[in-house]
Amino acid sequence: MSTSGKGPVGVEFVDLHRHFGTVRGLDGLSLAIEPGELVCLLGPSGCGKTTALRIVAGLDHPTSGEVLVGGKDVTGVPTNKRDMGMVFQAYSLFPHLSAADNVAFGLKLRGLGARERRKRAYEMLELVGLSVHADRYPHQLSGGQQQRVALARALAFQPSVLLLDEPLSALDAKVRVQLRDEIRRVQLEVGTTTLFVTHDQEEALAISDRVGVMNAGRLEQLAAPAELYSSPASQFVAEFVGLTNRVPAQARDGRAIVLGDQEVPALAGSVAGDGLALIRPEAIAVEPDEQGTATVTQLSFRGPITQVHCELGGSELLVQMASAEAQQLTLGGRVRLVIAPAPVLVVPA
Amino acid sequence: MKAWLRWLILALFAIYFFGPLLSMLDFSTKKNGGGRTGAAWKALVTDEQVRHAIVQSLLLCVATVVLMLVLLVPTMVWVRLRLPRLRRLIEFLCLLPLTIPALVIVVGINGVYAWVNYFFGYSPLVLTFAYVVLVLPYSYRALDASLSSIDVTTLAEAARSLGAGWFTVIVRVVAPNLGAGILSAAFISVALVLGEFTFASLLNYQTLPVVIDLFGKSDSHVSVAASLGTIVFASLLLLLLSFAGRRSRGPKGV
Repeated sequence: MSTSGKGPVGVEFVDLHRHFGTVRGLDGLSLAIEPGELVCLLGPSGCGKTTALRIVAGLDHPTSGEVLVGGKDVTGVPTNKRDMGMVFQAYSLFPHLSAADNVAFGLKLRGLGARERRKRAYEMLELVGLSVHADRYPHQLSGGQQQRVALARALAFQPSVLLLDEPLSALDAKVRVQLRDEIRRVQLEVGTTTLFVTHDQEEALAISDRVGVMNAGRLEQLAAPAELYSSPASQFVAEFVGLTNRVPAQARDGRAIVLGDQEVPALAGSVAGDGLALIRPEAIAVEPDEQGTATVTQLSFRGPITQVHCELGGSELLVQMASAEAQQLTLGGRVRLVIAPAPVLVVPA
Repeated sequence: MKAWLRWLILALFAIYFFGPLLSMLDFSTKKNGGGRTGAAWKALVTDEQVRHAIVQSLLLCVATVVLMLVLLVPTMVWVRLRLPRLRRLIEFLCLLPLTIPALVIVVGINGVYAWVNYFFGYSPLVLTFAYVVLVLPYSYRALDASLSSIDVTTLAEAARSLGAGWFTVIVRVVAPNLGAGILSAAFISVALVLGEFTFASLLNYQTLPVVIDLFGKSDSHVSVAASLGTIVFASLLLLLLSFAGRRSRGPKGV
């Protein structure tokens, strides 16, 4: 089902700046979202991700720069003329309208007849699995159901772009996972170009075609989730996305020597000479060895995986391994650490 | 608390509140020389001066409520959404009439009303302009409490993203969710207008309280009947308010 009869369009930020007094909310953000793509903007609080989304929606205005939708500059177009559906962090359903009437709201503004509106509203509620609650009012729906209705409402009028501003942050953990998968399913089904803002890296990695990591108003890296995780472009990205060990290393000629004598490829952007290699916990293997140089200090069972804390030369390393393999380890036991031959980023010490 | 004590307190309050009302009812239906009569109550409808005053006061209530809502609701919503820095100033201006004695305001606007009468004709309805100012502090509070209970900004942004212009946002999204506040503001305004004497008397308009005062000097039975009628009407409105407030989020379709 494609709700977007107009066909998906691309969205482009061109050197966006947004200054709040002396604070730079956005500091030269440039980014292109392909038609039909779901891009997540990920970053800590205050990094500018929500500001960027609000500028696309027309709810905020850039100090300078442009927003292009389908190649057209919409920077000066008012919110209600932008043809964008939006789901907010806070529950935003109109309290005096039923779920179906909420979904039909945008359709009525576009002049659709009552019967057509009703039909379309039920279709959209069906899409998010809530057609049986069509006549319920927001206060009769759970938080997750309200956000589903908000998603249906945002998509009902076939917007050219869908904007999601941390739509899951008010929900509990289980509902978050269910709903994020549902958002992705619906997005793939309707094919609408989507910008999703979140501070939850797991959420971003799970549903995005590409993730843009933001820091201090700038885009640090825009890449597919797997690439972002395995080949971070900067120390900030490496440390913000996933867990990272900082291991002393020596880098030269595209190689890094870590843990004494182990050699691994160094990522582009690594410093030369002495530095710290940023290594993922699952990129380290732990083998019981009486002659080993590391000691197991903590074992933390997490179901299918176990987190192993090892002490090596005064610093602590975190290792993640299959629980079945971790059974052979004992607290206080000597182990040998082996680094997987995956590329690592070496940053200044 | 023991049951008998609760009933005792309730009885004392009932006597305190209803005693004077029953006395008024008793007095307004007492015939000179003994017996009962409904003449004073009948006069509220048949006496031309009283009837005219009642109609004028009710029209004043409607006009005041309408003008107050038309001025205040869009202004307050707009200030919340677009000019939050002006919120304190608007609040100060709206509460100002509370701090100025009615007598001072009347003296101040006396000259203005010469012009008002010149432009709009000599009718008690021109008091609407003064009464809107008079009810501002109470209406503002009622609407402000109602606005604070909903996330106006998010609702407005959601409506805007769906394609709504500002007029639609205010009329079809925000206002329907201010039901309780609008009703409170309206009913409090009605109660105030029905009881307002100083402005009308000093500006020489024949509203119900002024006529009640006049009849108090010539036919106190009619005067008391009109007073009791006003109190009962205002009380019923406030009672209605408490029920309507609970049901203000009823179903409305798109």
